[in-house]
Amino acid sequence: MAARDRVFGLVYVSPLMLVLAPFFVAPILVVLGASFFQSDGFGGIIATPTLQNYIDIFTSKLTADLYTETVKFTVLTWLFSLIIGFWVAYFLVFHVRNPLLAIGLFLLCTVPFWTSNIIRMISWIPLLGKEGLINMTLIRLGFVKQPLEFLLFSSFAVVVAYVHQLTIFMIVPIFNSMARIDKRVVEAALDAGASRLDIMRMIILPLSKNGIALGSIFVVSIVMGDFFVIKVMSGGGSASVVGALYEDVGVLQYPSAAASAVVLTIVVTLLVALILRSVDIRRELAQ
Amino acid sequence: MTVAEHAIAAPVSRAVVAHAIAPRSSGRPWTFYALCTVFVFYVLALYGPMICIYILSFQDVRGGLVFPMKGLSLHWFVDLFTQVRTGDVKGAFERSVKLAAIVTVATVIFSFLAGLAFRRSFPGDGIVFYLMIGSLVAPGLVLSIGVGLLLHFIGIEGSWYTSAVGAQLSWTLPFGVLVMFAVMSRFDRAWEEAAYDLGASRWQAMRLIVIPILAPGLVAVALFGFTLSYDEFARTLQTAGSLNTLPLEIWTMTLNVTSPSLYALGTVTTIISFAIIAICLGTIATIQKRRASRAPTG
Repeated sequence: MAARDRVFGLVYVSPLMLVLAPFFVAPILVVLGASFFQSDGFGGIIATPTLQNYIDIFTSKLTADLYTETVKFTVLTWLFSLIIGFWVAYFLVFHVRNPLLAIGLFLLCTVPFWTSNIIRMISWIPLLGKEGLINMTLIRLGFVKQPLEFLLFSSFAVVVAYVHQLTIFMIVPIFNSMARIDKRVVEAALDAGASRLDIMRMIILPLSKNGIALGSIFVVSIVMGDFFVIKVMSGGGSASVVGALYEDVGVLQYPSAAASAVVLTIVVTLLVALILRSVDIRRELAQ
Repeated sequence: MTVAEHAIAAPVSRAVVAHAIAPRSSGRPWTFYALCTVFVFYVLALYGPMICIYILSFQDVRGGLVFPMKGLSLHWFVDLFTQVRTGDVKGAFERSVKLAAIVTVATVIFSFLAGLAFRRSFPGDGIVFYLMIGSLVAPGLVLSIGVGLLLHFIGIEGSWYTSAVGAQLSWTLPFGVLVMFAVMSRFDRAWEEAAYDLGASRWQAMRLIVIPILAPGLVAVALFGFTLSYDEFARTLQTAGSLNTLPLEIWTMTLNVTSPSLYALGTVTTIISFAIIAICLGTIATIQKRRASRAPTG
């Protein structure tokens, strides 16, 4: 039976592999390959191997600027989505007593995940704009005389849009980790005289670690790989690694785009690997 | 792992959540009120902006991008589907729904099979697992460019119903399989073994035992498949060929169109999403309810 099961395992997993091989493995390899050649300037590739694309990337001040900017947004988004996501999950798991209500509220938080990110992003325009709801309210209440310019088409707007989109990726895995915490452990700690702070520090935080790690992987990889929110919400004021890469593609400079894609992929992989050091993701997901 | 899991596993979560820690007496700790405030603000910030654009999309011809509301009409919805200026919205819309339907079917079948495979170890299971995670976290545009280059080298023209399907599956399948993991973790293999002991063939056990028990999970996978495909942008960008899907159309409009027709498009596309979500969650709830009413009481 066991040997037969193995064969069936391979058969069952083959459709998945038939997608991943041409649409994940192959494109990565093609990009890797293309990064070592030169562009003919017309979308074609000259078949002489070169390291020039990488030399350009690592000697350009632009690269450093792009990564600084992208990492800045990544860290800010990660921080805010973690803080909000952690407390929302904690509230749902430990404070809402009616279980049906808890599930209902959880669904309420997750429904926007299944709607368009782009639409959710542009929906900040009528609120944050110069004549938007927030500025108009502030002026009417007399808090400010001039509309606040930093609200839209700024770094602020970029972070708002990212946190709005991605906090959900924190809430779901943290909620899952927390829901698995055996409440008897907490009861026992209370009986043994632990304060609520002790419980948070010694039970809840360590046992939610996996959820936090998983959420962080999502948030970090998505922000690092995005160009869209930065382009629209910064009003062209900020650039991103992928944004610059996409502009290269726009002018048919495939090899240089490929080289920066490779560098980006390596950076994202390293970041994810760093987070994975603290958690056995396979056990966490398959549980 | 997911929402779906919690929708599916309602009875289990119920037992878990019922023993909330802090208050053993009836009083609420102060943190309850503080966190309740945080939660309310989060939900307001989550839905508030979206509701604003839905409202603003119903302005009349004088309408602008911000409040106050100017008039009340369906002008911008008509504008959206009749103006050439806003591009081929109707065509993009049809393509996106068809594409999402294809991707959903493939996602459900492939994820289900992969979920079955991962119940036991098989040669190379670790590799498959990490490839899947890699596909999930890899920057979408990088994969998109890779597929675009690949097509270019082979000399095939990409299209929304060929290359874009594959590119989107590389995004929906990891989600689908992760949902299957969550679903499978609650599937007791003894049920299937019992069927074999009673003389069921592999196919009978699958059709009569495994699939009916996992049905709510499969609906959840379908929900992920459809919505993730329907809204997918980065991976489709370089792989959809010459005809736009809806998110690509919205992206173009975001950069060019400064009228409420952009909001009207947002309203239309969100209605579709909400309808799909409601259908899927409704189906899951119905299956659960039917099971609960059939289960022996006591």
